[in-house]
Parts: sequence; structure tokens; C-alpha cells
Amino acid sequence: MNGKPRLNIGAVRSSFAPWADPSAKPLVRFDQVTKRFGSETAVDAVSLDIYEGEFFALLGPSGCGKSTLMRMLAGFETPDLGRITLGGEDLAGRPPHLRPVNMMFQSYALFPHLTVAQNIAFGLRQQKKPKDEIAARVDEMLALVRLEGLAHRKPDQLSGGQKQRVALARAIAPKPRMLLLDEPLGALDRKLREETQFELMALQQRLGMTFLIVTHDQEEAMITADRIAVMRAGQLAQIGRPAEVYEAPNSRYVADFIGDVNLFEAKVTEDDGDIIRLVSPEAPDGLEAIEDDEIALGSTAWLAVRPEKMRVHLDPPPSGPNRLEGTVADIGYLGDWTTYLVELPGGRTIRAARANAARVVDRPVDWDDKVWLTFAPDSAVVLTR
Amino acid sequence: MSVTGAPRPRRPWKGLGRPRGQPSSEARAALAPFLWLAVFFLIPFLLVAKLSLSDVVLAIPPYAPQLDWSDGLPGLIAFVRALDFEAYARMGQDGLYLAAYLSSLKFAAIATFILLLVGYPLAYGMAKCRPTVRQALLMAVILPFWTSFLIRVYAWIAILKPAGLLNMALEQIGLPPVDILNTDTAVYIGLVYAYLPFMVLPLYAVLERQEAGLLEAAADLGCTPFQTFWRVTFPLSLPGVAAGALLCFIPMVGEFVIPDLLGGSGTLMLGKTIWTEFFSNRDWPAASAVAIVLLATLVIPILLFQRQQTKMMEQR
Repeated sequence: MNGKPRLNIGAVRSSFAPWADPSAKPLVRFDQVTKRFGSETAVDAVSLDIYEGEFFALLGPSGCGKSTLMRMLAGFETPDLGRITLGGEDLAGRPPHLRPVNMMFQSYALFPHLTVAQNIAFGLRQQKKPKDEIAARVDEMLALVRLEGLAHRKPDQLSGGQKQRVALARAIAPKPRMLLLDEPLGALDRKLREETQFELMALQQRLGMTFLIVTHDQEEAMITADRIAVMRAGQLAQIGRPAEVYEAPNSRYVADFIGDVNLFEAKVTEDDGDIIRLVSPEAPDGLEAIEDDEIALGSTAWLAVRPEKMRVHLDPPPSGPNRLEGTVADIGYLGDWTTYLVELPGGRTIRAARANAARVVDRPVDWDDKVWLTFAPDSAVVLTR
Repeated sequence: MSVTGAPRPRRPWKGLGRPRGQPSSEARAALAPFLWLAVFFLIPFLLVAKLSLSDVVLAIPPYAPQLDWSDGLPGLIAFVRALDFEAYARMGQDGLYLAAYLSSLKFAAIATFILLLVGYPLAYGMAKCRPTVRQALLMAVILPFWTSFLIRVYAWIAILKPAGLLNMALEQIGLPPVDILNTDTAVYIGLVYAYLPFMVLPLYAVLERQEAGLLEAAADLGCTPFQTFWRVTFPLSLPGVAAGALLCFIPMVGEFVIPDLLGGSGTLMLGKTIWTEFFSNRDWPAASAVAIVLLATLVIPILLFQRQQTKMMEQR
């Protein structure tokens, strides 16, 4: 996690928002779905709607139930409670081979005894399509994933990236109502993964197919998805556009899971409509944030500030709220971005990040420099849980 | 070729490695199995081959010529001159040998097929079990090896004989007795019983290694469990099928104990033929010739088996 915001990308399809339309019918509906493995509840009463044409991401750490949720949709697991419907039809009791969804597996699960073309044709042959139609569709898929020359290779003669594209083509070929992607880019190296994220998004737009992706990589979810569901211990922590989840997290868990965040535990002292004022021993000058929701005076709240929203000053700024003082304990230079770890007098370390917009700086911030950190009231989010 | 200047080596990298003439440590390590094979397989084989070229005589040992080293080189030449292919010629003239070959191949082929039918479901079931159960089942497959093979075949006599366990059981449930012992059926039962582990273990090895994700992928792409088996599981298990089939087929062709103890007088198998020639007819050259021809016929399946094994090793 390098804390780099990707807002502009997450907000690209701002015109696409079927979930905001109360009359829109979801393609897939999870209704109070619960799944237990022994005494462990993997998925806990999850309700979720996914709409036609949407690129939806299930994001969470390993073991949060995101894969189980997807596998229940594919038919590999049976919910203990609740209902899953696809296009209004209850999927209960329907085995995987009768469900109009296809999955791209994390391990790719390519058939080692079949060639690339035969792998892609596998689902089409099951659909009993005529031979020439299968051949045409296979060629179309090979062109789509740019593997035209490799039709007769066996999977063990392919690179990781090529395997990934064969797996993708194989899952898309039968034209499923929905494509399920289980950690699709997990096995690729970083550079290839970044490229593929954009390719995946472009592919989904071109096909207009509904994609559901399961990932633990927040960047992957942010780049590709229209909406993200952040999961925690079998429950949904928050659902929203990438920008909403990043800029308006609803809990400390979400704020911390997506990107980096500085959290200040504070007491609410004043609430005059828009602006909430808080006190914290860590901020002697007081804290201030813009918040529409009412929060009880005297209650404990957490102020969340992203590192890139922190400004670093070498000269003392005018005193006022949202001003912190400390010394630079560590500097992480990433090339495009620099992260400063600033130690407060209380001993806690705050992260501040700055884009390296200029090559040459008059006075660079150095180790052990005394610095002041400030942030705007609208850059902070007040969290109550 | 250039004529000017010093002669340049065409391949300068040659000779850069290990100095020639010194065996590498790998070569020395490979010497041990070669020695083993030479002493216990190659030399006995050459002895049998020599025997097959000799003639029958009424003497001890019952064949001629005998090589007498004290005669020196002329003795050796005389010895080689005296060798001939008479035993092989006799094999060609007597239809019994050909019949024994064909009959042995038929027994081995049918038994291999039955072994596949019995062994595949067994191996498949084992591979599908929970790991703890799997270990127990694997143990059960290997367990018979802890008892003498001969005793286990004798046990089958006790089961199959006219007043044996099988007929007692049939009588209990009111069915007429069957007379199986000393028939081809008994030989098949014995062969399938004795070679089952050799079929099950290679099959189990390939089935157990199969990635569960492949089965899910097949189901996801529209396969019923039955279709998944025939489109994914079975084709991927073919190396195991080939290994198991050859591992059983090759030794079954020359099997002696099972047809001798369980088969009847009409059961014609090569192992028995060799034994009869050797001990009853005291025709050592003929017995050796039969053995050599058997070996020659089995070289093809053995080579196939080797190739299969190498392929499987490479896949890992």
C-alpha cells in the first residue's frame, strides 16, 4: 500500500449508477446469505445487489468470506441461510453446471491435457454449439485476449500472463450472464498486474458483461470496479464507489483497510451544523472537521486524515485548529511520492505524504527536522465506530 | 579454411570444462547401478542366451557343448562352432510353443483389462477420501505384501476348492456349488488378486495429484459430474492407466505360480511351459529359448513403459 489515491479512475463512469435507481432490478441479489463452516461463520447474513453491466469488487483480507460469497454464487458452496437470485430466479439447489455464470479461478485451473483453443472451446462444446460456431468464437476470444498465435500450445508452454488470459477467455467464451473473477491477478508480477487491471476494466466496458471480482488488493479493486464492497469477518463493512469508500469511509476498519490513514481519538465538544470541533491530547490546538451528521456532544469519535491530505511545513504556520507539531522520524522516498513519518511529542507517528511534483526543491524536508502538519477541515472524516 | 596466422580452435569453449578422461562424480555414482545390473541381470541373461544355443545331452549338466577354459583359444572356437539355433528351430516346428505364447498374452491381456475395471474405481474412491481415511486404505492395499505370495495363492485354493469357503458360503444361501479350482477362471481370479496393488497404486498416484480446481472449472463450464469424469479426470489419469497396465501385463505374461497352483491341466501359460521343459523334460536349451523369445516379445511393452515413466517424471 503506497497510499496513492486513484480517485479520477474510480470516478470515470459517474454516469453509471443503477444502484441509485430504486426501480432498477438487480441481476444478482444476495438476501441475508449465511454460510458456516463448522463453528465458524464465513458469511454472516450478507445482503447485496449487483446490477447488469456493473463491475463489482468484493474486497477484504483473507478469510473475510469474500471468496465463499462468490463460490456460493457459482454453486460450489451452498448457503446455510438466505437466498441468492440471478435475474430474479432462485439459484437454490441448482448445481454449478446449470448456472449461467462462469468463473475465472485464482489458480487458472486450465486443463493441462488440452490446447489453448480446446480450453477456450470447453464451455462451448458443453453448450452443444455447432463446430463452425465454436471455431469462430474461439478465434474471436483469442483475438480479444491477444493470443492468436498460441492456439495450439498446451498450458504448460505458456507464461503466467498468457495463462491468465487463456483462463479469462475460457470463462468469457460461453457468454455467461456474469463473470466471476477470483483473485484474477494474484499470480502476476506487479508491472503486469497494473497493466492487466486496466485491460480488465477496458474489456468489461467493451463486452458490457457484469463482472464480480474478489480481491484482497485495494488498488486492484479501486482501479477496476464501479462499486466496492469492503468485507470484514463475514459481514459487509461498506459498499460504495471507490472514491466514496476512500474519501468517506464509514468506519475505522474501512478507513484503515483502504489506503493509509491517521486516526485521532477525540472528544466531541462542539457541533454547529457543518463544523464539528473535537479535543484530543494529541492536538493541542484542537481539531475541526466538516460533518453533516449529528454527533452527540461529549462522545468519543475518531478523526481520520489520509496522509496525502496532510501538509508538511518547515516554518510554523499560524496557530489554529488541525495543527500538529513533531519531528521527522523517517522518510520513505518512492520516486513519484514521498512519505514522511512524523513523531508527535506523545510518541505516536503520523504519516504525511507528498507528491514529488517538482524535481528540484529549495529546502527539502530532512530527517530530524522539526515540522508542523496541518490539514483542512474538509479533508478529515469523523468516524464514530 | 584460413591458411594464414595461427590455427584458431573452431570451438574455443570446448575443453574449458572438466578435463577429459576424468569421470565426473555423477558418472562414478552411476557406476554402482550398472555394476549391480551387470552382475545380477546381464550375466545371468547371457548364460541363459548361451544355454538356448546349446544341445540336449544325457549328462550332468544336461547340455553341450561345455566350455573348457584349459583348451585355450582353440577350445573357445570349437565351443562357439558347436552352438546352434536348434532349440529355436524346434520351437518353430512345435505348435505348442506358439499356442503357449498366444495363450499367455491372452491371459495377461484379459487380466489387465479386468484389473483396470476393478482397480480404477478403487483408486478413484481412495483419492476422493479424506486424507486420514486415505492413509488407512493405502495401507490396506499394501498390507498383502506383508504375507508370502505363495501363502496367499494357497489361501485361494482353500477358498475355491470344491469343499472350500466359497462353496460353503454358496450352500448357506442355497445356491448350487461351483467348480472353479483348476480352471482358467481360477487363474484370472488369482492374477487379478495378486496384481491389484500394482494397478491401484499408479492409478491412485495420478488421481490423487489431480487439482480439485480442474473439476470445479469443468463443472463451472457446464459439465455434469459424469461428463467431468470423462472429459477431465479420465484423460488426465491416462499416464497412470498406462503405467498400471504395463506394470501388470509384463510380469503376468511370464507368471508361473498362479497358473500352476490355480490353473488346470489345460491351462497353457509360458511360465508353466518353461518349468516343464526345464524340470520334467530336462531340456534346458528349449526352456532357455522359450525364455529368450518371451523376453524379446516383452521388450516392446517394457520400452513403452519406460517411455511412459520418463514422461510422467518430466511432468512433475
